[in-house]
Amino acid sequence: MGSLPVRSANSERMSSLRRSAANHLVTTLAILSTVVVLVPLVAILGYLLYKGASSLNLAFFTHVPAPVGQQGGGMANAIVGSGVILGLASLLGIPVGIGAGVYLAEYGQGRLLGKVIRFTADVLNGVPSIVMGMAAYALIVAKQQHFSAFAGGVALAIMMVPTITRTTEEMLATVPHAVREAALGLGIPKWRTVISVSLRTASPGIITGCMLAFARVAGETAPLLFTAFGNQFWSFNLNQPIAALPLQIFVYAVSPYDEWHRLAWAGALVLIAMIMISVTLVRIFANRGALKGGH
Amino acid sequence: MNEPGSIQLPQTVLSERTQATEPVVEAIKPPSIVRSFLQSKSSGKVADGTFWGLMIVCALSIFLIVLLILSVLVVNSKLSIHAFGWKFFTSSSWDPNSGDFGALPFIWGTVVSSLLAVCMAVPLALCVSIFLLEICPLWLRGPIAFLTELLAAIPSVIYGLWAIFILVPIMRDNVGPVLQKYLGWTGLFGGSNFGVGMLTASVILAIMIFPVISSISRDVMKAVPIHQREAALALGATRWEMIRMSVLRNARIGIVGSVILGLGRALGETMAVTMVIGNHPDISKSLFAPATTLASVIANEFSEATGDLYLSALIEIGLALFLVTIVVNGIARLLVWAVTRGNTARAV
Repeated sequence: MGSLPVRSANSERMSSLRRSAANHLVTTLAILSTVVVLVPLVAILGYLLYKGASSLNLAFFTHVPAPVGQQGGGMANAIVGSGVILGLASLLGIPVGIGAGVYLAEYGQGRLLGKVIRFTADVLNGVPSIVMGMAAYALIVAKQQHFSAFAGGVALAIMMVPTITRTTEEMLATVPHAVREAALGLGIPKWRTVISVSLRTASPGIITGCMLAFARVAGETAPLLFTAFGNQFWSFNLNQPIAALPLQIFVYAVSPYDEWHRLAWAGALVLIAMIMISVTLVRIFANRGALKGGH
Repeated sequence: MNEPGSIQLPQTVLSERTQATEPVVEAIKPPSIVRSFLQSKSSGKVADGTFWGLMIVCALSIFLIVLLILSVLVVNSKLSIHAFGWKFFTSSSWDPNSGDFGALPFIWGTVVSSLLAVCMAVPLALCVSIFLLEICPLWLRGPIAFLTELLAAIPSVIYGLWAIFILVPIMRDNVGPVLQKYLGWTGLFGGSNFGVGMLTASVILAIMIFPVISSISRDVMKAVPIHQREAALALGATRWEMIRMSVLRNARIGIVGSVILGLGRALGETMAVTMVIGNHPDISKSLFAPATTLASVIANEFSEATGDLYLSALIEIGLALFLVTIVVNGIARLLVWAVTRGNTARAV
């Protein structure tokens, strides 16, 4: 507001008019931009539903891709391949992420090491996914001389760790100190307090965090381009190239064939449905858990 | 999670102790070895130490991952670093056949597309944050916040797919001609407009980084103490004056942080950009012209790169991307922390 000099009644009325006009202008702008932002969201989801649903059929879930020029075919191998890679990534990433989160919340509070690691996790979170793919390529693929599902899993696992670490830490921080002190006061060792009291109380939030990390990497394409590489056929071998849904969508989307475009839309719908369903399911599950554990 | 500890102690001792101290439990239901170990109360020192060790190994692994990525990228790009030195970042030739590599066109593409995206996304994101926090009725806040965050859950490749089939035609047939007609004199919208190119890539990037900027700037604004708002209102400020003086002013450092965080996301975004930017290593003044970015050249050429020098040049691009995003994210995080931890109650 600054300093207000003495003003005549007229100029005061003018200024009050100006101020309220500015107020209305900003309010209108804010409402307008919210509407503008919701347009692409609705457009993307709506078009995805429309195109995806009209392209989806049973063959999509049961067949492997058809050769170029032929009609039909599906992405069954890509769906399973995505499952394999994501399972591997979760297996590697979730324990490490939770462990690091436990360290930050239970041991590293106020310590330099804790701060450094928290900062590193935040920064790692922002590293582009394609760089992760490149690192996994140099570490694993270049050494083995062939693309593999394992390399893809490692790249995605690295991406999951920082997200899980930070949510685990935040969730553990919400556990009241009195609960921990009660456990320690009963003579229970610290490690058991952490596992059966802190982690258990915070488990709904931690599970949600893991699920969000999972959902985030489920749609990642860039780190798989030169690790998992993609595959037109069935493969369950971790040591071999494997198909993945996002990769397949990418390849089909940039191809010149209408039939492949159709499959790309169907794949996109399936991918986003899988992500949304898993997130929603876990949210419901976690909420129920919160009610049970929250007394 | 409990197995590592339980393996270390002799199981016979354990079960004996459990039997001795808790005969009633034993009589009702014989506990498993794991459970009896969990319920024993005096196994402190060893298990505590092991658990602490495990946790700190997990925590340090984050640090190790960053070091490992860095070292692996440096080692693998040695060939190109030795061959070109700093000239790599100022030379604009990219010729795999003659083995001459320079990253300038990619740096140009990345910087321009990211900055354009930030310019488009920031005003919108701030307006939406202000709307959600200060204007919107409470019952509407949850759904809208959820919807804007839904934008963040859509995978990059799906944005790309949508952009190829919807955004590109719109940019080519509707937006492009209008820009050409009214802003053609700036020279920024010259040349032929194919729909794919810098401008389309920036638009899709703007949509993608919007949720990042919006959700973090909202957190930062939320951290401004309520009495700052009340003080401004009590002095007779209108709502906008209150937002400007109390909210934006107190949260400005964190807002800058959120913008830089969005920039960091835009710099490294790969798939959607690769699908619509046209992938042509050229520095052009026109925003309609196809371009390419650091991330998209890697996505396009890495798995087909033949020859050690080619591969190593691409890895050096990855190294540059890694270092830049680390610095950008580091700065952004520090700024956001400055606001959300502690320093919020600064006098206006």
